[in-house]
Amino acid sequence: MQLTDKSTQKKSFKKIAPSLAAASCALVAGSGLLMTENALAGESSSPGAWDFEVATLLYTESDDRVQAVEPIFSATRNFEDGEKLNFKLTFDTLTGASPNGATPSDQVQTFTRPSGNDSYDVRASDSPLDDTFRDTRGSLAVNWSAPIDREWEYSTGGYFSKEYDYLSLGFNGGLTRYFNQKNTTLNMGISLANDMIDPVGGTPVALSEMAHQSSGNFSNEFAASRSSDDSKTVFDVLVGVTQVIDKDSLFQVNYGASMSNGYLTDPFKMLSVIDDNASGTNFGGNATDANGNNIYLYEARPDSRLKHTLFFQYKRYVNDGDVLDASYRFLTDDWGINSHTLDFKYRFAMGSSYLEPHVRYYMQNEADFYKRFVNASDYNSGTPNFSEASADERLSEMSATTLGLKYGHALANGHEFSIRGEYYMQTHDGESGYGKLASQDLYPGSDAMMLQFTYSF
Amino acid sequence: MLNDICSLIRPLGLMLLVTALSACSNLGVKPWERDILAKQEMNLISAPLEAALDDHIYFSKEASSGGRSFGGGGCGCN
Repeated sequence: MQLTDKSTQKKSFKKIAPSLAAASCALVAGSGLLMTENALAGESSSPGAWDFEVATLLYTESDDRVQAVEPIFSATRNFEDGEKLNFKLTFDTLTGASPNGATPSDQVQTFTRPSGNDSYDVRASDSPLDDTFRDTRGSLAVNWSAPIDREWEYSTGGYFSKEYDYLSLGFNGGLTRYFNQKNTTLNMGISLANDMIDPVGGTPVALSEMAHQSSGNFSNEFAASRSSDDSKTVFDVLVGVTQVIDKDSLFQVNYGASMSNGYLTDPFKMLSVIDDNASGTNFGGNATDANGNNIYLYEARPDSRLKHTLFFQYKRYVNDGDVLDASYRFLTDDWGINSHTLDFKYRFAMGSSYLEPHVRYYMQNEADFYKRFVNASDYNSGTPNFSEASADERLSEMSATTLGLKYGHALANGHEFSIRGEYYMQTHDGESGYGKLASQDLYPGSDAMMLQFTYSF
Repeated sequence: MLNDICSLIRPLGLMLLVTALSACSNLGVKPWERDILAKQEMNLISAPLEAALDDHIYFSKEASSGGRSFGGGGCGCN
């Protein structure tokens, strides 16, 4: 009996180490976007073996907005002494239309494309969407993790991501310390990223007027609204504790700080200037310049942002194989945004298959400088009485719900496939329009559908 | 700037450490009781590619990112 206990003990110890390593790796590896590492977990990975995972995401938004296809490939090499090397290759192709920030109008609106090479019309009362949104991104992330001794582990990694007009490079490093027979894990990680943006036609000058192609002096006006390429740095720190509660459950608490500096503005977004002269005939209509063209301003955001996040996750094994996964994230930043994210998954075990419903709820308030539109009196004939403004709907008051269902099946050869469908519904709210603007839908919601196929081997 | 972050992190890190070492010391299991916790589906991130794709989508649609892992940039989508 004693012998059996010892051998079980040894075996279990071996099994949990990769699992905890996976948890820590996930925490420290996610530089930039999401290099949340792992493929590693306990039972599937054995020393000297490779674990592969391939997935493809199909993403489609309502109203002919963005469509995306995103294949992603992950390979993890497990070494004899617990070291792990992970490569992750991602591509995505985006096409479709994206809101340009302007308000709908009772008139047809004409916008100059961001490149300055063309223009497009938006019908009266339609939500202004720039329909030339297309991009292809490729990214490669490499991460390495290894034990230092029985109590310490380290990890390090880097990534490279390239789009036509965007380049991102990042590095990360992390340390993991185990306490209490590995029931408590302390994770610490840092990440540094540098992003360069070089849009065709240059980045717009903050709060400059969009040049109209119909203007007699277009090339000079366009040049005056543009500067060259720009960049930003993002520095992240993450500290977390993972605690095993009992043989069926564990929880994690993370604190993260993220500091961005540099060009944080969206070069493709603008704001409408609205006539707020209540006694005039154009009250609530687009304010116009000397040539009779509508005035649109390129947005301007602060050049720094400090975000804090608190993240809690609880996982519990129930009823012979079901798994409950619940998490909550609070985010607050110096742009005035506070957000709450609740995420709930329940995995029903069904022999070698499982079914996993998913619910996510997200809510945020608007950024301090968010404006759905600019009043002409605030624009003050070209000398604005504000220095920052954005009509980007992602900075507005928002709530979003995701409903999803996933089916997974383990094959006899140890491989696994899964298919998942998700439906995402987003609604916005904010300041109402006045006069002519009151009859326009300033906060149209948007829906998105996602379909993902995954194969692990 | 770095000093600001460090001054924020230090007390929080300490607090987490103290919490981990004291309050949590009564929690946990013996090494031979870990078979369930070692299962793939009990990993905090049990489907890493799914988590990566989700993070990318929500990063491009909302003003928040990170928390579970780093939430920096890496994409011109926001």
